[in-house]
Amino acid sequence: MIANTKHQTVLSAIEANQHLEGAMLPILHQIQHDLGHIPSEHVIDIAQALNVSRAEVHGVISFYHSFTTSPKGKHVIEVCRAESCQAKGGRAIEAAVKAKLGIDFEQTTDDGEITLEPVYCLGNCGCSPAVKINSDVYGRVTTDSVENLIDGLLTGQH
Amino acid sequence: MTIKVFIPQDSSAISVGANQVAAKLSEQTGIDLIRNGSRGLFWLEPMIEIETDAGRVAYGPVTVNDIEPLLEQGLLAGEQRHPLCLGLTEEIPFLKNQQRLTFERAGVIDPASLDDYKAHSGYQGLERALTMSSQACVDEVKGSGLRGRGGAAFPTGIKWQTVHDVPGEKKYIVCNADEGDSGTFADRLQMEADPFGLIEGMTIAAIAVGADQGYIYLREEYPHAHAMLNNAIDSAIAANLLGENILDSGKTFNLEVRLGAKSYICGEETALLESLEGKRGVVRAKPPLPAIEGLFGKPTVVNNVLSLSTIPTIFAKGAEYYASFGMGRSRGTMPFQLAGNLKQTGLVELAFGITLNGLLNDFGGGSATDKPLRAVQCGGPLGTYLPESQWGIQMDYEALAGIGGVLGHGGVVAFDTSVDMSEQASFSMEFCAEESCGKCTPCRVGAIRGVETIEKVRNDDDRDANLVLLNSLCNTMESGSLCAMGGMTPFPVKSALEHFSEDFYQPAGSTKSGEQS
Ligand SMILES: Cc1cc2nc3c(=O)[nH]c(=O)nc-3n(C[C@H](O)[C@H](O)[C@H](O)COP(=O)(O)O)c2cc1C
Ligand code: SF4
Repeated sequence: MIANTKHQTVLSAIEANQHLEGAMLPILHQIQHDLGHIPSEHVIDIAQALNVSRAEVHGVISFYHSFTTSPKGKHVIEVCRAESCQAKGGRAIEAAVKAKLGIDFEQTTDDGEITLEPVYCLGNCGCSPAVKINSDVYGRVTTDSVENLIDGLLTGQH
Repeated sequence: MTIKVFIPQDSSAISVGANQVAAKLSEQTGIDLIRNGSRGLFWLEPMIEIETDAGRVAYGPVTVNDIEPLLEQGLLAGEQRHPLCLGLTEEIPFLKNQQRLTFERAGVIDPASLDDYKAHSGYQGLERALTMSSQACVDEVKGSGLRGRGGAAFPTGIKWQTVHDVPGEKKYIVCNADEGDSGTFADRLQMEADPFGLIEGMTIAAIAVGADQGYIYLREEYPHAHAMLNNAIDSAIAANLLGENILDSGKTFNLEVRLGAKSYICGEETALLESLEGKRGVVRAKPPLPAIEGLFGKPTVVNNVLSLSTIPTIFAKGAEYYASFGMGRSRGTMPFQLAGNLKQTGLVELAFGITLNGLLNDFGGGSATDKPLRAVQCGGPLGTYLPESQWGIQMDYEALAGIGGVLGHGGVVAFDTSVDMSEQASFSMEFCAEESCGKCTPCRVGAIRGVETIEKVRNDDDRDANLVLLNSLCNTMESGSLCAMGGMTPFPVKSALEHFSEDFYQPAGSTKSGEQS
């Protein structure tokens, strides 16, 4: 991966998935996963491979919350906003995380470290409230425990 | 005898430390743990189980710091001295009082082991189906009375009949594993605890309707389920239970998992099909029904995870057995999911007909805080909020519909008296505005107007006029939306207005939950 350019990553995601029925989402997922975003300048390659217009690929990217055309922070924190977490103090968690990071949802801290996103249910409603940090879900969190987790992230202990 | 120790690999259990507990226990004992699925007793996770002659003994919720004292007090022998000991798992009232058919194996077996699945009556259903004609298979599902567990409660057998009857070489089985409803987790639990059950159910569906390709459309938020399903698919292929000439029957069925991309509307079946085809998840007008023109224009069965996972039980035990549970036109069992502010949260599979009070108190143990319960949302984000006066309702499709409610996918989210129902109503509109596919104006624009209007009501800005406006907005959304996203978002809003109207008449700028608005 290290020597790979973005373009090569895009081309190999296309190559690996192009043969599938309905290959668009698998291709976009792989690029988003490998690069952390889908570079607009390479949308043309996806369009050509799938024989659709560039506008169509852009349309798909913009429809889904999972896909972005610009990179996110080094870490992504998702706070569940859905009902079960609300019933267990989720709004206070949301407020504490925003205050701690000094940003709102869909924003990234100035140092590029952390992006904050809302999420509508992680299927963890038996252990509400829940947050997700990078690929790990944490249940039964409190404002204190979330603040500790964020401190851990910032000091590299996560 | 080798000691058998179980610690779930379920993602909720992991979210509260199951992996750390497992690591500590292996380090201390050197034992190979069995990473089962969860039994669905989530307030007790991480829950350790030890096999004994009398049955499994459970301990929970266990933290890393509990491991040493537990070991000192005879954990591995299943001794019951430590205060975290819960006694025999099967005797825990929350579990003992359930009727588990769909979730028969959840937490019992090792979900990564095909042998364990088979040892617990797995693949008996498929073997039986292979001896039957395709019409007899469809009839079996009709006879069971099974209705779709994804929310719309459409009879599964009738859907299969339509696909069965459409001529065509190419047909699809699509499993809806998008589980977007807040307050629900049964699909996830099932896929992580018993992935072969879903695969077997889809294989039987394929045989019944003559399909050779299947897709599981799984929400991206479920990476553990993804790994379990892929592992199970590989094992099934290796054992000739998927792929070509399944068990020498001459039948072919290939199965693949596809990931969603964080879009609630892609749980709606036609938006899901668009998404699988690689497009924006915009809802299609019906007709044509997906059963006739579905994925890539071909006849397609779209069923929820739980509907399909119930099929093996129906075939192994017979349609009559399944239909002997339930009440009225709601046959069989329903996996209810207790969430929100309850002492005991988790999965409760029961015959239709238990009262909501029974679920909240007998199973849920009542409020988890020192404040009493006040509002309960049933059936996901598009479901109504029920006040205490309605908690005597029997939980079946028709009874709930009778009071303007929905059972949906079986989610039950309880709130205590700190809830501000005007805030909840506002959230319902906000969610619709966020997740609308954008096809129809009443939904796309109505939801945004809804958020603004509720904001004005809360700020006492021309309150009465805005309440009138909100009501008419709700009516427009209900009657002018193509799908239930726009059509049902008014349900929680109107129920909040009807049953909790005092929350809409607070002084401007204040909320009951004490936050700045
Ligand atoms: C807005 C909306 C969201 C939905 N989300 C889901 C979902 O996440 N999972 C699901 O199984 N069904 C969902 N449904 C219902 C599906 O459209 C469809 O009825 C179901 O997949 C059919 O399977 P079943 O008959 O086995 O329930 C949703 C419907 C709507 C209108
Ligand atoms: S009601 Fe909303 S989500 Fe449904 S089709 Fe219309 S715009 Fe799309």
